[in-house]
Amino acid sequence: MQLAASIRELRKDYVLSGETVHALRGVSFDVPEGDYISIMGPSGSGKSTLLNLLGCLDRPTAGNFLLGPDDVARMTDDQLAETRATRIGFVFQSYNLLPALTVVENIEVPLYYSGRLTRESQQKCIELAELVGLGDRLDHRPMQLSGGQQQRVAIARSLVNDPRFMLADEPTGNLDSSTTEEILDLLARLNDEGRTIILVTHENEVAARTCRTIWLRDGEIMTDERK
Amino acid sequence: MSRTWRTFRLSVKSLLLHPLRSALTVLGIFIGVCGVIWLLAIGEGIGRAAEDQIADLGARNIIVRTVKPNNDEATDSGYGLTRADYERLRDTIPTIEPGGALPIRIITEEFRNRTRAKEGRLVGCTPQYADVTRLQVAEGRFLTAADAAEERNYCVLSAENAQELFPLGTPIGQELMIGEDFYTVVGVMKPRAASAGIGGSYAAEDFSGDVYIPIETFWRRIGDMIIITKPGSFQRDISEVTQVTLQVADRDMVLPTRDLVINTIAPYHTLEDFRVTAPLELLQQAQTTRLMFMLFLGLIAAVSLVVGGIGIMNIMLATVTERTREIGIRRALGAKRRDITQQFLSEAVVLSVVGGLLGVLGGLMCRPITALARNRLEAWFPEQMSTLPELVRNVEPLLVPWSFPLAFAISAVVGVLFGVYPAIRAARLDPIEALRHE
Repeated sequence: MQLAASIRELRKDYVLSGETVHALRGVSFDVPEGDYISIMGPSGSGKSTLLNLLGCLDRPTAGNFLLGPDDVARMTDDQLAETRATRIGFVFQSYNLLPALTVVENIEVPLYYSGRLTRESQQKCIELAELVGLGDRLDHRPMQLSGGQQQRVAIARSLVNDPRFMLADEPTGNLDSSTTEEILDLLARLNDEGRTIILVTHENEVAARTCRTIWLRDGEIMTDERK
Repeated sequence: MSRTWRTFRLSVKSLLLHPLRSALTVLGIFIGVCGVIWLLAIGEGIGRAAEDQIADLGARNIIVRTVKPNNDEATDSGYGLTRADYERLRDTIPTIEPGGALPIRIITEEFRNRTRAKEGRLVGCTPQYADVTRLQVAEGRFLTAADAAEERNYCVLSAENAQELFPLGTPIGQELMIGEDFYTVVGVMKPRAASAGIGGSYAAEDFSGDVYIPIETFWRRIGDMIIITKPGSFQRDISEVTQVTLQVADRDMVLPTRDLVINTIAPYHTLEDFRVTAPLELLQQAQTTRLMFMLFLGLIAAVSLVVGGIGIMNIMLATVTERTREIGIRRALGAKRRDITQQFLSEAVVLSVVGGLLGVLGGLMCRPITALARNRLEAWFPEQMSTLPELVRNVEPLLVPWSFPLAFAISAVVGVLFGVYPAIRAARLDPIEALRHE
C-alpha cells in the first residue's frame, strides 16, 4: 500500500519562559493512502503539536516527516507555505473563516495562494458550497451562519485545492451532536473518495467513526489501534 | 483576473471595513501633497512678482545715482554726479549702447496753473526716458531731441498732475508755471503703478506726481543750486546730475561694465556721493532668494508629508495587531510571507496614493481657493489686510508643473516607506501563534 505520510522519531521542543518543554518525544507511525485516523489524548499530550507538524505549520526539532516523497523537516518557510497551499486541507475547531468575506470568497482564499485562481474557479467554489449543502447561502458572511454551517464552509475551503491529505483539529468541538453527525458524515464521504484524513478529538464517538486511533500521552504514542 | 488586481481589490476591501480610519489617514497625506503644491505655487508667485518688478528697472541697465553724503559741511560746494562724469561715462565706456547714457536731474518743485498748485517731482530728462522707465504717452507726445537741442520750455505731465492742475479740458498747449518760468504742456502720460523697492538698494519710485522737462532746459533755467526753505531755516543744495542710466548693449557685459563705471568716476569723487547698481544683480539675488524660499516652503510641506506617513505607519501597525488572526488563517491556508507583506504594503500604498491623487486635485484648486480666501479676508478683515505688503496681498499663486509629479511621487514613496515595516512585521508572525490570537 502506498504511504501518504511517514513519521519517524519526530521530536518537538519548546522553550517556555526559560524552560524546555518536550512536547513530542519521538513519535513514529505510517499513514497509508486513504487512511482515516483519529488522534486522542489528554491535554498537554502533544496532540496539537503533532497536528501542527503534520499540517506543515511548524518544523520538528528532530526526526523526519515524509509527505509523499518530500521531507517536510527540511523545507524552507516558502516551501512549507506552498505545501500547505497545494497538498493539505486544514479544518479548525473554531472554523477560522475570514469575517469580511462571503461564503464563496472564503472558499476561494486558498486558490489565491496556490496560484490556481482562474476564471472558472468561482464556479468551482459554488459547486463546493453546494456539495457541503450551502448552495443557498453563497453570499452570506460567516457571522450570518450557524456553527455547523461555518464548519461546512471551512471544509469546502479545505477541499478547494483538491488535497489528498486532510487534517482536522477537533472539527466538531464546538458543535452539538446532530451537527457533529453531519460533519462526520461529510468527512466519511471524503474519506470514501480516497482522501487521507487525520483528526484530533476528545470525543470517543468521533474517534469511533475513524478507522484507526492513535493515543498520545506525554509526547509519546501509547496505543495505535486499527479497527 | 491578475494577481496585482486581486491584491489591490483585497486592500480596498479591507480599508473600507474602517472607512473613518482610512479617510483620516488619507487626509494626512492629502494635506501633505496639497501643502507641497500650494506652498511651491505661492513661493513661485511671490518670487515671480518680485522678479518682474526688478525686470521693470531693466535687466540691461546700470544705474548711477547721486547720494547725499552723511557729512553736511562737505556738501556746501556741491556733491554727487557731475556733467563731466556723465560725459566721461558716455564717451569712454565701450560696452554702452550708442545714445545709451541718459542723465536725469530730479528735484521737488511746486507746479502752478493760476490758483491751482501742486508739489511734485520735476524731472529733467532725455527723450529716451519714457522708454527706459516704460512710461506711455496718453495724449500729445513725449519730449523730443529737438526740444532738448533748442532747450525749449516744454513739459510733459503725469496723468495725476494733468487731472489735478487742469481739471477742465485738455492741458495740451496750456501754460504751466514751474518755479519762476512758464512751460508749455506738450503731452500727458498714462498712469503707472509705483515700482516697488527691492533688495534695499532701490527706494520705491513713484511716477504719479511727475513733470518732465528736457534736462538741457533744466540746466539752463533752474541750474544746479536749489534753496530748500523750511520754517526757521533754509538749506542750499548743489548738484548737477541726480542719476545716469546706462544701457549696456550685451546682457553678459552688465556686471563687468558696472565695475568699469565705478573705476571711471571714482577718482573724481572724494566723498561717498554716488552709488552704482545693476538691476540684473538684484534680479540674480532675487532668483537665489526665490529658490531658497521655495526650498524652505517645500521642506515644510515635506515635513507634513512625513507626518502623514507616520499616520499611515501608525494605522497599519494597529491593523496588523488587530488582524493577527486573519494573518494566521491566511498563512495556514498557504500564504507565503511575501503574500502577507504584499497585502499590507499594498494597503499602505493605496492609502497614500489615494491621498496623493486627492492632493493633486486639491493642488489644482490652489488659484480659485486663494482668490476666494483673499476676497473673504478683505471683506471680513479689511484693516489687517491693508497693512500687509502689496507683494503678499496681491499674490497670485503660480502652479509649478513639476511640483505635481514630485508631490505625488513623495506620497507614494512615503506609503511604501512607512508601510514596509508594519507589513514585514505582519509577515514575520508565527502562523501558529497568530492562529491562537483572539
